[in-house]
Amino acid sequence: MQAKTAYVGLDQIKPAPALNRLLEQVAEHKGCGTSGGSGKASCGSADGPQDMDPAVWEKVKNHPCYSEEAHHHYARMHVAVAPACNIQCNYCNRKYDCANESRPGVVSEKLTPEQAAKKVLAVASAIPQMTVLGIAGPGDPLANPAKTFKTFELISRTAPDIKLCLSTNGLTLPDHVDAIARYNVDHVTITINMVDPEIGQHIYPWIYYRNRRYTGIEAARILNERQLQGLEMLTERKILCKVNSVMIPGINDRHLVEVNRAVKSRGAFLHNIMPLISAPEHGTVFGLNGQRGPTAQELKALQDACEGEMNMMRHCRQCRADAVGLLGEDRSAEFSTDKIDAMEVRYDAQTRRDYQAAVELERQATVDAKRKEQEELAQLAVADDISMLVAVATKGHGRINEHFGHASEFQVYELSHAGSKFVGHRRVDHYCQGGYGEEDTLATVIRAINDCHAVFVAKIGGCPRDDLKAAGIDPVDAYAHQYIEQSAMAYFREYVGKVRSGEIVHLSRGDADIRQGAYVAAA
Amino acid sequence: MAYKIISSQCTACSACEPECPNVAIREKNGTYVIDPKKCTECLGHFDEPQCVAVCPVDNTCVIDKAYPRYQAQA
Repeated sequence: MQAKTAYVGLDQIKPAPALNRLLEQVAEHKGCGTSGGSGKASCGSADGPQDMDPAVWEKVKNHPCYSEEAHHHYARMHVAVAPACNIQCNYCNRKYDCANESRPGVVSEKLTPEQAAKKVLAVASAIPQMTVLGIAGPGDPLANPAKTFKTFELISRTAPDIKLCLSTNGLTLPDHVDAIARYNVDHVTITINMVDPEIGQHIYPWIYYRNRRYTGIEAARILNERQLQGLEMLTERKILCKVNSVMIPGINDRHLVEVNRAVKSRGAFLHNIMPLISAPEHGTVFGLNGQRGPTAQELKALQDACEGEMNMMRHCRQCRADAVGLLGEDRSAEFSTDKIDAMEVRYDAQTRRDYQAAVELERQATVDAKRKEQEELAQLAVADDISMLVAVATKGHGRINEHFGHASEFQVYELSHAGSKFVGHRRVDHYCQGGYGEEDTLATVIRAINDCHAVFVAKIGGCPRDDLKAAGIDPVDAYAHQYIEQSAMAYFREYVGKVRSGEIVHLSRGDADIRQGAYVAAA
Repeated sequence: MAYKIISSQCTACSACEPECPNVAIREKNGTYVIDPKKCTECLGHFDEPQCVAVCPVDNTCVIDKAYPRYQAQA
């Protein structure tokens, strides 16, 4: 029987000839991720110390956003001290706020710098693996420079071990680069969606710059100049820069390859291409005019095309401006202002150091297990054309330790002759609520991981197991609580063995959905 | 006249407050208000009223017709 979703080959969903050309170049170049056997399994942000300038490694090794490997073990938090913004984006509606909604620009309560500093200490004490404090809005941190830098000043005084980070649209960035350097902000993210004002005018209706409101092409031209100038100034000062780009099909999807080239040549460390989130209920221009976001495979094809010498970030969760915890989780509700007021906060740097030393051991064990498995896989000499995606239910620590029904996201790994590589994640509503699974939810979960051959879980009920099998996705609980990448490669080795013996036939899978709606399954 | 902020539409983002050349804007009960006695509609300062230019919600900073037109001091 024909499955509901047609199997679409990667080549069929890349309409842009430019993209195709680029993909060919990438294939020739053997970009990161294809250098099997060297122990370097995946690109850039997953690099270990052996591939990296020690100074850079020191900056990224426990930053969950700048290191894919770190994001399994270390947590971050954002403090919402910057409500004002100086530009309007068509994917953002600043009136919208919902505690169950998880995406950038959304926040439940704004904080003063003093409240924020107290919150940071409270979280740092409760979550000792929280290593990074970011300011990401809900507006633009650099449109609120006094509040932003006051917050950094307070935190660097009380918790000097915490890395400081900010995320900006870049419009006023050149004016603040010296202050950023002065406050030891290690990491700056700039959202750059275009390097061509013709395209920019369809993304930004206006900007407020030097006491004037600019619209149309002129607004986009100024924004673009300021963003690239800011990026150059930061890289000159050796401040690590990540560039975020929102992929908007039909507007900038093909153009992002050019953006990638432009930011790479200006020294950006990492490029994060994110899917547009747009639903009518968000009240954004794109939400209301029906602008769609990309599918999972469209996004992956673009990320793959941009991945050459440039590190691509694929583990971004597009989190809230007040998020707390590991990237895949959000514990912000535990740290509301009234709860923090009631807490007795004692900042103990020694406990944090001890805990982080333990985390470091855990992380090293994960890396060692992966390397060993990779060597086994290399001996198998798998043909180039066999690759697959697998979805993983995890609560962190680099292990398969979440029940299928409790997962609010699945991490996606690509397996090939080169080993395993983290290529993304899919957010879903919990399938299991109070022990009962809901069939509608199961269908959306299956759509979200429809491009995967298998799903790795700690445990799974009989019903979803059968439905997954019927959809062609193998539910795997044999590796419960073991390391993710080691297990995935072991599974892949077995799979390749079965293909060779003729027991199964290797087929490519279809595309998958990227979730758009409100995150209603918050605990 | 002076400008006023329609509080039901104000997101309380605070963007207008530091831009006002007359320090006429302050937070009050979770929203922002313009002191009509201080507002000069930005005449003599800028080409356009700064609160209007920076406000993320259209038609939220508007002329308050309860006050007479602001006259630039000679």
